[in-house]
Amino acid sequence: MKAYLPIAAVVALLAAVPLVTSSNVVLNFLVVALLTALVGQGWNLLGGYGGQYSFGHAAFFGTGAYVTAVLQVRYGVNAWIAFAAGIVAGAAVGAAIGALAFRAGLRGSYFALVTLAFAEVLRILASVAPVTGAGVGTLIRLDLRWQAFQFQSRVPFYLILLALVALSLVLMPAIARSRFGAWLVAVRENEDAARALGVDATAIKIAAMTLSAAITAAGGGFYAQYYLFIDAGIAYGPWISIEALLAPIVGGAGTVLGPLLGALVVKTLGEATKLVAGDAPGLDLVIYGGVLILVVAFAPRGIAGLATDAGRWWARRGKTPAEAGHA
Amino acid sequence: MPDPLLAVEGVSMRFGGLLAVDQASFAAAPGRITALIGPNGAGKTTLFAAISGFLRPTAGRVVFDGADVTGLPPHRLARRGIARTFQIAQPFAGLTVRENIAVGAHVRHPARTAALAAADGVAQAVGLARDIDKPAAALTVAGRKRLELARALAIEPRLLLLDEVLAGLNPSEIREMVPVVRSIAARGVTIVMIEHVMQAVMSLAELCYVLAEGRIIAQGAPQAIAREPRVIEAYLGRGAAQRMTGEGADAGA
Repeated sequence: MKAYLPIAAVVALLAAVPLVTSSNVVLNFLVVALLTALVGQGWNLLGGYGGQYSFGHAAFFGTGAYVTAVLQVRYGVNAWIAFAAGIVAGAAVGAAIGALAFRAGLRGSYFALVTLAFAEVLRILASVAPVTGAGVGTLIRLDLRWQAFQFQSRVPFYLILLALVALSLVLMPAIARSRFGAWLVAVRENEDAARALGVDATAIKIAAMTLSAAITAAGGGFYAQYYLFIDAGIAYGPWISIEALLAPIVGGAGTVLGPLLGALVVKTLGEATKLVAGDAPGLDLVIYGGVLILVVAFAPRGIAGLATDAGRWWARRGKTPAEAGHA
Repeated sequence: MPDPLLAVEGVSMRFGGLLAVDQASFAAAPGRITALIGPNGAGKTTLFAAISGFLRPTAGRVVFDGADVTGLPPHRLARRGIARTFQIAQPFAGLTVRENIAVGAHVRHPARTAALAAADGVAQAVGLARDIDKPAAALTVAGRKRLELARALAIEPRLLLLDEVLAGLNPSEIREMVPVVRSIAARGVTIVMIEHVMQAVMSLAELCYVLAEGRIIAQGAPQAIAREPRVIEAYLGRGAAQRMTGEGADAGA
């Protein structure tokens, strides 16, 4: 139960925001940050817990977004069903890429490059295929009814996204306490040792990638409903692959709250940059790059790691060594 | 001899132009400790890798409990009951000792609490109970060797392949470890051990195979093996056995 308390506290705090303010600027900022957190949480499952660093989570985000949009626009499917189908399709793409990459025995940077390549191939395909609207993109018709997963106000969007994030947060400690989670971490720590102990490393990694892709695809589907427009560069572009790994690495990969913390910090920095320097294109990416270097150099376990160290230091402060050892 | 639990039949491992293991055959009787010795580079660890599924033999068969298991992947062999340790300890460094052992225990115990409880029991058996909550990275060399053993035992194996569990230990640590290995065999686990510490081989193993340049060159009781001219030559070079006896004769004169 103890593992779920911080999650409950954070989610309750975020859920209270619309009660305090109805400012669209604030809510829009939080939607953008939570979207990054959700996408990052997907990456965190595979990268943080599983140790498989993907550079191509755009493949899942984009699939979630396109399936959600195209099913509605071209085939008249209900938005909610299309959203669910987007998640399933994203998971399927994750399983397929995972099966190909992991069966081929790709690890480390080879795995990262292959995922990047798959995302780029999907981006190019989406920019030429008629079904995706090719270079023009896909516009979801405005239909401000809840049945169409569209809302006049940003508040319902925000709360739905928060619910998705909360779900992804609760999933992590649940996985960490399961056999699947124990084996996933074992594969991260030492794959050969895990295999010698009866762990089917390939199957575990494919399963993790499938689940990871599903979470990130949910972010893509939500994006499509929130902005009502996607094109190949948005859906499958490298920007989302970068955000997916930046948030968890800054916040603390392999921790439950890391991606959310990281997303809030990174997005706050991005907005602050815009305030100071105006809307110079690409400046936020420069800031992200700087943050990433600082984190990797000085806080390899991210903000969550720093917080744990600070907590230990606080607990030990003012005690004799013997007492500290006792605590 | 009863039907062997493990029978290695003419296994060869070729890497390009290098024949690392050349038609090696040996058998391990159930409940016994069998030793595999030989000079460095003889192909002992390669042979273990071929038995435990990390390498697929170029030729030959591995028969476990009457079934041909040649070329099965490591995790399938582990589930059938073949456990191995690594020569260089491979702990899950970021996890605690208990979590390390639980990874193996999960094969038989899907539930987390059951796996952790089983891990506690195994830690007790190999003398790691005091370190159970330590991170694996904080263990000494001797501790890591015990952890290798504990993890392998946690899958409740019928056959345990030990790759130099005594290497890197000091004499007193070896004296502590030997009874642990003996007690595992006493519980009915068949053990095949690669070992350089001959004193331990002598006191533990009933049967000993000698591997040199990829071939099994001798087999027998450890005490007898140690006097075999072929074995002495494999370790010390051609003519060494003769020189040693010759020098012995000179000294006597």
